Amino acid sequence: MTSTGPATAPAPQAGAAEAAPAAGAAPVPAVEVRGLDKVFPVSGGGQTVALSGIDLTVAPGEFVSLIGPSGCGKSTLLRLVADLLEPSAGEVRVFGKPAGEARRGQDYGIAFQQAGLLEWRTVAGNVELPLQVHGVRKKERRARARDLLALVGLADFADHWPAQLSGGMQQRVAIARALAERPRLLLLDEPFGALDEMTRERMQAELARIRHETATTVILVTHSIPEAVFLSDRVAVMSPRPGRITRIVDIDLPNRVGAPGESGGLADADDVREQSAFFAAVTAVREALRAGGPA
Amino acid sequence: MTRATPTSPTTGPDIVASGGPASAATGGASARHDVAAAAPAWAGSPWRERLRRVLLAVAALVLLCAVWELYRAVGPTDGGRLFGVPVLPRATDTAMPHTWDIVAQLGEKEVRTAGSDTVGVAVAKAMWFSLRVAFAGLVVGVVVGVLLAVAMARLRIVERGLLPYVIASQTVPLVALAPLVAGWGGKLQLGSLEWERWMSVSMIAAYLAFFPVAVGMLRGLQSPGPNAVELMRSYAASWWQTLLRLRLPASVPFLLPALRLAAASAVIGAIVAEISTGTRGGIGRLIIDYSQSASSDASRLYDAVLGAAVAGLLFAGLISLVELALTWRRRHGGGRARPIRKVGT
Repeated sequence: MTSTGPATAPAPQAGAAEAAPAAGAAPVPAVEVRGLDKVFPVSGGGQTVALSGIDLTVAPGEFVSLIGPSGCGKSTLLRLVADLLEPSAGEVRVFGKPAGEARRGQDYGIAFQQAGLLEWRTVAGNVELPLQVHGVRKKERRARARDLLALVGLADFADHWPAQLSGGMQQRVAIARALAERPRLLLLDEPFGALDEMTRERMQAELARIRHETATTVILVTHSIPEAVFLSDRVAVMSPRPGRITRIVDIDLPNRVGAPGESGGLADADDVREQSAFFAAVTAVREALRAGGPA
Repeated sequence: MTRATPTSPTTGPDIVASGGPASAATGGASARHDVAAAAPAWAGSPWRERLRRVLLAVAALVLLCAVWELYRAVGPTDGGRLFGVPVLPRATDTAMPHTWDIVAQLGEKEVRTAGSDTVGVAVAKAMWFSLRVAFAGLVVGVVVGVLLAVAMARLRIVERGLLPYVIASQTVPLVALAPLVAGWGGKLQLGSLEWERWMSVSMIAAYLAFFPVAVGMLRGLQSPGPNAVELMRSYAASWWQTLLRLRLPASVPFLLPALRLAAASAVIGAIVAEISTGTRGGIGRLIIDYSQSASSDASRLYDAVLGAAVAGLLFAGLISLVELALTWRRRHGGGRARPIRKVGT
C-alpha cells in the first residue's frame, strides 16, 4: 500500500509538455518542475540556497502534498509554481505552459495559511474579488459566488462580514475564492495551519469532498503528517538546507474520497483515519522524514 | 508658530464633538444588537452611548465657563508674574470679560449707525466666508495629498525623493509664505480664470491641509500585507486594479483621521492667511478689526475667536458626514446579516 519510488514517480513524457492535451497518449502533466533551484540573497552579501535540484511531476487530478520541517522551502516551491517568485535555475511548467503564462491565464487558484479576506468586503464580495478583477459581470459573479459558497457549506453567510466568521469559516471562504475562476489546479499553503485540531480534521474532510466534486489537481503544503496522508495520492518529503525532495511516498487508502472515477465512495473520514493502512502510511512518511535529516 | 494662535479654541471642543455626529447615525442599529459583539466597531453603538457623548460635550463647555468665571472672581487683577515674566492673565474686564458679556456682545450693533449688523451677524457672515475659503483649500489639499500619496506608493524612488520635502514643507513658517502667495494676485491668469485674493488664502489652507492627507494616505496604501499583494498578483491584477480593489479601500481607515486633521488645518490656514494677507470678509480680518478695540472691550474679540471655534466644529461635522458616506456600505450593506450561528468550523 505504501511504496517509495524515485522522485519523478509517473515518468515525465519527453516532449509531451509542449503538445496540446494529447489525445489518447499520456496527458500533459498538471505541474512539471525540472531542475529547480532557488537562491535568496542575504543582506551582507551572502546567499541562502532555499531549494536545490527539485524535480516533481504532478498528474492532472492528482493530490500531492509537500511535507517537511520548517525552512525546507516547501512554501517557496509552491510560490515558484504560482509564479509569485522567480526561479534561480530550472523550469516550472503548469499544464504545459510556463508558470507566468499559467498565472496570467488563471490556471491555478491559491490560498494561504492566513485566510486574508478583505475586511471591507462581504463574504460573497471576497469570493467575487478575482472575478471582478477579471471583468466578469455582476450577475454572473453573484451566481458563481453563491455556487461556491454552497460548495464550501457557507451558503447562509454570503452577506456576513469576514470579522463575523470563525477561523475555519474564513478559511473555507478563502478556498471558495481560490476556486472562483474554476482553476484546474489548486495551490494550498498550510491552509489549516492556524486551526485547532478538531476544526482541522473537519476541514480536511471538506477539502477531500471539494476535490472529489471539482476534480481539481491539488498541491498542498503542510507540516502535518496525518493531514498529508489523509488527503494525498502522493506525499513529497522534503529536507531542509538546501531544500530538496528526498522521497515521494505513494499513499493508497481503500474507501477514501478520491478523485472522481477512482474507486471508493464517500467513506466516513474517521473510518479512513482509523484503518491500519492509514497508520502504515503515516509511519512510512514519518520514516521518510527522519531519513531526510534532522527534523 | 503662527498656527498656534487660533488652535486652542478650535481643537478643544473639536475633540469632544467629533464622536457625536459620527455615532449619531450609527445608533439606530439596536435591531442588530445580537451581532454587535462579534461585529466590527462600525456596526453601531447604542443610543445611550450617543447621549453620554453629548452630555459630556455640554459638561465640558460648562466646566470651561465655570473655570473662566472662577478665575475672574479670585484671580489677581494685575496678573501673575514669575521672575518678572507674566504667567497669569489679568482678571479684568478688558482681559477676561465675563462669559455672559461675550454672549451679550453678539447682539450689540457693530457700528453705531442705523442698519449696521449686530456683532453676531457679522461673525456669522465672516464665518461663512472663511468656511467657503477653507473648504476650497481642503478640497485642493485632499486632492493633492491623495495624488502625492498614490505617486509615492507607486514608485519607491518618488517616496524617497518626495517625502522629506513633504515633511519639510510643514516647517516653513506660514506668515512668511502667505504674502508671497498673496502676491500672485493679479499676476496669475489661468485661462479665463482671474486669480482672486480668496484663492491665495485657499492655497495657503490647502498647503496645510495636504500634509496629513499625504502622510496618512501613504501609510494606508502601504497597509495591505504581503499575502494580500501576492493574492492580487496571482489574479494577474494590474497595478491600477490592485490600487482600486485593494490599496484604496485599505487606506480608508487611515484617511479618515487624516481628513479630520486636514479639516482643522484648513480652517487654521484660512484664518491665519486672511490675517497675513489682509484679506477682507473672513474671521481673520474680523479678529484684526476687533482686536483694535480690545484694549477697552475684549468681548468682541472673543466673539470672533468663538466664531473660529464654531467654524472648526462645523468642519469636523462635515468630515463626519464624509466618514458616514465612506463607511455606509460596511455598516448597512451587511444589514441582512443574521446572528451568527457557530457552525462547527
